[in-house]
Amino acid sequence: MSALLPLTIVVPLFGAALSLLAINSRTLQRSISVVCAAVTTAISVAILIGVDRNGTEVAAIGDWPAEIAVNLVADRFAALMLTISSTMLLAVLLYALGQATDDERSRWYHPAYLVLIAGVSGAFLAGDLFNLFVWFEVLLIASYVLLTLEGNDGQIRAGTTYVVLNVIESFVLVTGVALIFAATGTLNMAVLPERLAELPDGIRLGLNLLLLIAFGLKAAVFPLFSWLPDSYPAAPSPVSAVFAGLLTKVGVYAIIRTQTLLFPDTNRELLLVIAGLTMVIGVLGAIAQSDMKRILSFHIISQIGYMIMGVALGGVAAISATIFYMLHHIPVKTSLFLVEGIIERETGSSTLERVSGLARRSGPLAVLFLIPAFSLAGLPPFSGFLGKTAVVTEGLDQRSWWIVAAAIVVSLLTLVSMLKIWSGAFWGAPETAPAGSDHGGILRNHPLMATVTTAVVTATLLIAVFAGPLYRFCERAAIDVTDAASYPSAVLP
Amino acid sequence: MSWEQALLIGVLAGTGTYLVMHRTLTRIILGLGLLGNAINLLILTSGDGPGVAPIIGQDGDFTDPVPQALVLTAIVIGFGVTSFLLAMAYRAWTIDGTDEVEDDIADRRIAESEASPQSDRSEADAIPDRGDPS
Repeated sequence: MSALLPLTIVVPLFGAALSLLAINSRTLQRSISVVCAAVTTAISVAILIGVDRNGTEVAAIGDWPAEIAVNLVADRFAALMLTISSTMLLAVLLYALGQATDDERSRWYHPAYLVLIAGVSGAFLAGDLFNLFVWFEVLLIASYVLLTLEGNDGQIRAGTTYVVLNVIESFVLVTGVALIFAATGTLNMAVLPERLAELPDGIRLGLNLLLLIAFGLKAAVFPLFSWLPDSYPAAPSPVSAVFAGLLTKVGVYAIIRTQTLLFPDTNRELLLVIAGLTMVIGVLGAIAQSDMKRILSFHIISQIGYMIMGVALGGVAAISATIFYMLHHIPVKTSLFLVEGIIERETGSSTLERVSGLARRSGPLAVLFLIPAFSLAGLPPFSGFLGKTAVVTEGLDQRSWWIVAAAIVVSLLTLVSMLKIWSGAFWGAPETAPAGSDHGGILRNHPLMATVTTAVVTATLLIAVFAGPLYRFCERAAIDVTDAASYPSAVLP
Repeated sequence: MSWEQALLIGVLAGTGTYLVMHRTLTRIILGLGLLGNAINLLILTSGDGPGVAPIIGQDGDFTDPVPQALVLTAIVIGFGVTSFLLAMAYRAWTIDGTDEVEDDIADRRIAESEASPQSDRSEADAIPDRGDPS
């Protein structure tokens, strides 16, 4: 069973190598990508089922004893994240094939995309801090390539900020890792909790802050978010859909992991303030924008605030709310970018001033936008309502009134900025109606893109429908995550 | 950690940070290189016993071999990232003859609206989000 864990990394990496060999055949490259992404998804579903039934799986690479081996560890939380991310990566890959932009036609798109899949899987499964850093680098380098693939002026400008800031983030992370090694003599995440607990409080706080800064920059929390709305819109829609849905969430995952496992009893007051500011500043940024991609990019930041809020509140109930929130957020955010991609493909622009009247041109497209938009804003009965209710209820239970107030106000403001997209792009008279694009015409013009988007939107609805069992799963995952003894005892014999 | 090591790490990190603050991409890359090497040396110091070989079982002291393996990985990653950045700096230079990092779109719009407060918003919005592919 544990032999499946390395496969989620090996299969896409091997596919990337094959894809490089097949550099001259686009059909071959596309088939390799689809097969590898589908196999990775299937494997991660198998891991998820196995882990839920039998408990945490551990793969000690090289058969070293678990204390010194570089382990791959899948508990319920990691397996859930792995499954949802590989599913989204597969969906966006199919969408990109349907979109067939210049990027996707580039010979380097598919190898880079497969390396990205491997990096994301590795980051979720890493059971060693340095290994976590390495997989972060793998997915970052793949994302650098995907972001700047067209190599035009805008992408190079956005890419420079993105790459330089992420390199500095890596430096902070490595410094943290080096100092943790100097202080404890190990980087194994199963051994670290015990050794870190022996350190003086001041040193532990310093190490914790270094990791928080590094992962916080990756997750785009206040005040380390400014790179995000500047760089994501420069990428073509399928790429920014993946970045928006997944990459920041890998940072959130790392924050949850390190805060609950390595530094379980730190004071979270600071984190709570950061969460509040992240929500508010993100949504205010979104309201001020007039480009769909930039609005959606600012929303990522404000939504990250809700997840950090759950981490800051701590405890089983808050962590399970956060896990559920991440589970809902990834497909919702991805689908919004996918809808935006269809609009941009059809009208040639993502600026609200140049797009209008889409609702009259294509009713189904409007529905595809409205469902995830309402869900993101947290209106019932969509999945976002359940996620937000869970987080806010926990805030009420812990009597953190101001953060609850912030969360509710931000939710309303999210709705306002979504309505801005709605009234700008969907309402009003169609600006240019080319012949033959009547009701539903837009979706019929792009069958593969429309199918994938519909599938992802349906998935977000299913999350709301099956919220009961999913939430119970999230609770089981949160019990694993918050119980300090469960991770070490599962890894160490 | 010996004081020579500490001094070297400090000087490298300081000069690196100074260079990273510049607007020219080539200087930033040089700065990142220095900063990266400062951190590589920092990892090395966590191994204890400066000047001793990382071999278990030899007579006397030995150094922890793990940090050396970590540094090796960090150097390889640093090499890859630096070459990517250099390629990007070259690309920026072929596009507009300079590798200076520009302000982002929002900053340019604000700068423009401050320079001419009377001009309406649509003019400032005319700054293209993406340049022409070349």
